[in-house]
Amino acid sequence: MLTRIPPRVRALLILSILILIAPMLFPSSFYYRIGTLIFINSIAVIGLVILIGYAGQISLGHAGFSGIGAYACALAPTHLGLPPFLSLILGAVISGLLAWFVGRPILRLKGHYLAVATLGLGMLISMVLNNEAQFTGGPDGMMVASLGLTKGLEGLFDVNLKTSVVWYWFAGVMVLLGAWIALNLYNSPTGRVLRSVHDSEIAAKTVGADVARYKLVAFVISAVYASIAGSMLALFNRFITPDIASFLHSVELVTMTVLGGAGSVLGGIAGATLLTALPQALTVFHEYEHVMLGLIMMLVMIFMRDGLLPTLRKTLTRRAIA
Amino acid sequence: MSEFLQFVFSGLTVGAVYALVALGFTIIYNASSVVNFAQGEFVMLGGMATVFIFDAGVPIWGAAALAILLTATIGILLNKLAIEPARGASVVNLIIITIGASIFLRGLAQIVFDKQIHRFPAFSGDTPFNIAGATLLPQSIWVLFGAAAVFIGLYAFFTRTLMGKAVLATANNRLAARLVGINTNFIMALSFALSAAVGATAGVLVTPITLTSYDIGVMLALKGFAAAMLGGMGNPFGALVGGLLIGLIEATTAGYLSSDYKDAAAFIVILLTLFVMPQGLFGQKSMERV
Amino acid sequence: MSLLGVRGLGIDFGGITAVNALDFDVQPGEIVSIIGPNGAGKTTLFNMISGIYKPDRGTVTLDGDDVTSLEPHKLAERGLSRTFQNLQSFEQMTALENVMVGCHMSERSPVWVDLLRLPSSSRRNRETQERAMTLLKRVHLEKAAHMEASSLSYGALKRIDIARALACNPRILLLDEPAAGCNAVETEEIDALIAEIAQEGVAILLVEHDMKLVMKISNHVIALNYGEKLAEGTPAEISRDPKVVEAYLGSHGGKEAADALG
Repeated sequence: MLTRIPPRVRALLILSILILIAPMLFPSSFYYRIGTLIFINSIAVIGLVILIGYAGQISLGHAGFSGIGAYACALAPTHLGLPPFLSLILGAVISGLLAWFVGRPILRLKGHYLAVATLGLGMLISMVLNNEAQFTGGPDGMMVASLGLTKGLEGLFDVNLKTSVVWYWFAGVMVLLGAWIALNLYNSPTGRVLRSVHDSEIAAKTVGADVARYKLVAFVISAVYASIAGSMLALFNRFITPDIASFLHSVELVTMTVLGGAGSVLGGIAGATLLTALPQALTVFHEYEHVMLGLIMMLVMIFMRDGLLPTLRKTLTRRAIA
Repeated sequence: MSEFLQFVFSGLTVGAVYALVALGFTIIYNASSVVNFAQGEFVMLGGMATVFIFDAGVPIWGAAALAILLTATIGILLNKLAIEPARGASVVNLIIITIGASIFLRGLAQIVFDKQIHRFPAFSGDTPFNIAGATLLPQSIWVLFGAAAVFIGLYAFFTRTLMGKAVLATANNRLAARLVGINTNFIMALSFALSAAVGATAGVLVTPITLTSYDIGVMLALKGFAAAMLGGMGNPFGALVGGLLIGLIEATTAGYLSSDYKDAAAFIVILLTLFVMPQGLFGQKSMERV
Repeated sequence: MSLLGVRGLGIDFGGITAVNALDFDVQPGEIVSIIGPNGAGKTTLFNMISGIYKPDRGTVTLDGDDVTSLEPHKLAERGLSRTFQNLQSFEQMTALENVMVGCHMSERSPVWVDLLRLPSSSRRNRETQERAMTLLKRVHLEKAAHMEASSLSYGALKRIDIARALACNPRILLLDEPAAGCNAVETEEIDALIAEIAQEGVAILLVEHDMKLVMKISNHVIALNYGEKLAEGTPAEISRDPKVVEAYLGSHGGKEAADALG
């Protein structure tokens, strides 16, 4: 019965159901917090699914855009008097514009060169956040205003709510929204060009696609996703450090994207879930966190080159046939 | 003037280290087209292992030699366990594999060694020379001459020995190399061992000046990468010049502009190089074949 | 005025002249074949005409307008379309989607329309799908429509390549060895397809090693050797030309060559 539904709708249904039933399995309200973090990372990852999975362009600097989003929410309310939600939008606009300006020269590059250029861009953003301590508090980080979700709802309905629970549903809706947009794109004229660029840039050009422009479009969209994720993280934690823009965070985002299966939105979310939840589960082995992360990255990329979900699907269908 | 000379000295010293990292990149890149993001960890391992072996009572030369040997072994293992099984994987996959290796080695160093900052004594004491008003550490001379020796040694190896020529042949055309009887798997292992040893040597040479800890690898790898790209990816001479240039640019940025942004200099150089002349200073222009 | 005009075209790679001083014209509805031994510069010529390489010398004109070194997508907009010798399929997309990408110029829409999947985006999707399906039928691949390109045979991919190029509604189509690696039946089909496309008024520039096919369908043949034009004329003229025969088989194999060229 499920196979009759278009894949786009099916993916959204599966995602909605998972978001709805997950809380039933939560042993404590602490898990709402982990769920929220998973959703926030998922949003950044969905953007990278569009860039890496659809268009085949790697970026090792997207944490930089998350940094811009986060610090927009940290700085704009105090310095410009903007409400937090508008600060999130401001951050997204700044990230999008920056991506648009630097994207054209950067995206002329391919493979390793593109990886290093984006890495350099992310590093520069992270350095500014670390060094301009009079604004950003430097490496120690800074406090962030509240989005006021819980207060707003409590005022409306006269109830007592836990912040992490409210955020869980808010971030869940945002993930669904992000996934909906990315899934819309997949089978659209624009999405088809992006996916064709993944396989052969030259062939895409010869059918009349302005490939440079489309790559730029994917870069800007993914930058906006990363920025919104960064803003949400800042507003959720009410505190932010420049670590959000670090190279390691960029690497984590890319790993999440490719881990689950870069071509698909659900795969990306699966990767984000795994890599966000795992360190929480491994806190006992805190010492081993890096060793584990490195091992997972290597093992999955060596033995499941397409990522977890596609490999799983292939194995299952092979079983079914056999 | 003496101030400028001082910047030149410190720039050349770190530049020589970047050049060695870039050289390590170049060896592996030429043999396998893999850009090894774990290159910086070789430098870290060289320095850290020397510290701990030295502290265990082994004389400094013995400790350094053991550390270089150990790092070369890790290089071979990296090739055998992570790169060889992934042959034919996409560029993105390979990037993630080597970044994974880098994070893994960093985590391992954090467990096997510790998270402290370490050093061991300089080879010829710490009394600086005074040259035209600028000071030069004896260890800096070790770094410069050490880097020069490594470079000349590698040059001789690649141009004068049959084994070196076999590496170049493998780099040029793997299949053809195998057809004329070259054991390409051995050549790959050799390249990783050499590259790791070069990195470890850099770590041994520079640790008395810059100190070392488990997490110094990332920045070194990135700057070595910047150097390799500035010089022209795959060109050993370019790696040398690129490394020294990045060192000099960094030292003058720190001296005249802002020490906070000295690390930014390398990345601005990378971005400008990539935008203006992606083939680098000495690289060859490539043409896409369809 | 010719549809495609090539004047004095040339390019060097690292000091070696790959193509030099090439002149020729293609008229609407005409099939012009480029022949020559391996390394004669045929694919390089295609890459220059279609904007992938920038020539060092000479001009390319479409309807008399200078289009030398225009980006490939600009040339596509002016009605120049091509296929590739070494297949540039979109491997992770289905056969149908491959051809749908070919319809890009008629379906492109503002990005936000696609992001929000507005009704106009869905409608365009449907129209493109229908058109792509018609083109797939034309190359007899409608059964493979929903299979991923990476799982299809070489011969099928060659035909998808042609369907994708046709989706651009070209006025001139550059075909780079469309029958290479195809069996006799498939070659026969491609042969008929090319003739049919030309009948509709589309000019065709063809690189092909299958001499039977070339001699049968071409109006006009240009023989290249070492990047320069060796001879030009009707198929009959070319097959009798001693220079062409020699370039192919050396001076001793003259008779055999003449037989082979038909």
